[in-house]
Amino acid sequence: MLSRRIVPCLDVRDGQVVKGVRFRDHVVVGEIVELALRYRDEGADELVFYDITASPEGRRVDRDWVERVAREIDIPFCVAGGIRSVDDAREVLHAGADKISINSPALERPELVREIADAFGVQCVVVGVDSLRDDDGEWRVRQYTGDPSRTRALRKRTLDWIEEVQGLGAGEIVLNCMGTDGVRRGYDIEQLKAARAVCSVPLVASGGAGTPAHFVDVFIEADVDAALAASVFHGGDIAIPALKRELRAQGIEVRS
Amino acid sequence: MAVVLVDAGGTNIGSVRYALQRLGTDAELTADADAIRAASHVILPGVGAAGPGMRRLREAGLVDVMRGLTQPVLGVCLGMQLLCERSEEADTECLGVIPAPVRRFAEAPGLRVPHMGWNGLRVTSTHPLVDGVRDGDCAYFVHSYAVPTGDWSLAESEHGVPFAAIVAHRNFMGMQFHPERSASLGAQLLRNFLSL
Repeated sequence: MLSRRIVPCLDVRDGQVVKGVRFRDHVVVGEIVELALRYRDEGADELVFYDITASPEGRRVDRDWVERVAREIDIPFCVAGGIRSVDDAREVLHAGADKISINSPALERPELVREIADAFGVQCVVVGVDSLRDDDGEWRVRQYTGDPSRTRALRKRTLDWIEEVQGLGAGEIVLNCMGTDGVRRGYDIEQLKAARAVCSVPLVASGGAGTPAHFVDVFIEADVDAALAASVFHGGDIAIPALKRELRAQGIEVRS
Repeated sequence: MAVVLVDAGGTNIGSVRYALQRLGTDAELTADADAIRAASHVILPGVGAAGPGMRRLREAGLVDVMRGLTQPVLGVCLGMQLLCERSEEADTECLGVIPAPVRRFAEAPGLRVPHMGWNGLRVTSTHPLVDGVRDGDCAYFVHSYAVPTGDWSLAESEHGVPFAAIVAHRNFMGMQFHPERSASLGAQLLRNFLSL
């Protein structure tokens, strides 16, 4: 039976893992390969590296660290940020990433999803979706969320976009629920359930993890394939071995 | 020992090469027929679709070379599917050295395609390639097409239906998952292959 995946997300800037408060004041928290190996050893099922400055500044992902990670690590990893073309995707995939994740550039030009899927297969195309509920009750997509001064609210409904990108060749969707992100009160189960209903490719929950119980809830109630989190892992609030024990105790299939 | 990685343009070639390096084996990346014939072990990696995969092998003049190999040959992911007879993916004729078909996962409620993530193995045959593999060991899969279980299966996994996760027929072997991304289990399996 397919295991549910636990996916730590690491923010990368200039080849180092950083953390910041509200996208500012980034502090280097460690060397990228070292942290990747630490999470591998703790039982992470997959890693996402997000180049936090790439997309807003129109800068491409620096390839050196992708290759360094690929050489050392023996679990899958995805690179997000700054992938705007088939050439960008090729560079990152050839450096050894298993998947690339695109977000704002896919909103600028949805055909990019199809182009990358045609070139490398749907299995390596992840579409990241940043979503927030508007005053009228609809979830809609946000663009350029990496830079608060450039973030745009789009008319596009989140669920419509999720359906659209699957038709274009997305092999996986990461739904980042901005309303619950950063406050550690649990994933946005309601929104993720709605997304699940229209999503036949793997769905990854993002935004809101604070306790092991939040992971249990999102797997059981929203039936997501994977749960992504950053700060609770980096800060040591949740240790992955203990989290997996808890999930297993609740009858959720996880990799030992 | 001279291990070669057949370079027909698959994108996971680097990853497989690094995995071999972690085991202390430096594999040459090549599309040269003589180098492939002379190798002690041949690995055919592959990511993407069957049609372009076979086209690249044809353009490199490697179809008959691959079919004629007698040393241990390992296909990884799409590489394993290319060793089979025919793929439902764009109805592609493959190398036909493993007498198995490749079929798309049937649509079913709650069944996500691609099959992506860690799934358990069940060993079904005795073979040196699966030495040390225990039932329930997890491997990392990413694929939408699969080989049904059959005489060729050494280990199975399940996604809605059982399918072949590790196959062997004569000197031709395949792994549907990515050993280079399957942590210590993957390393064990690659080590087993290299010691054949």
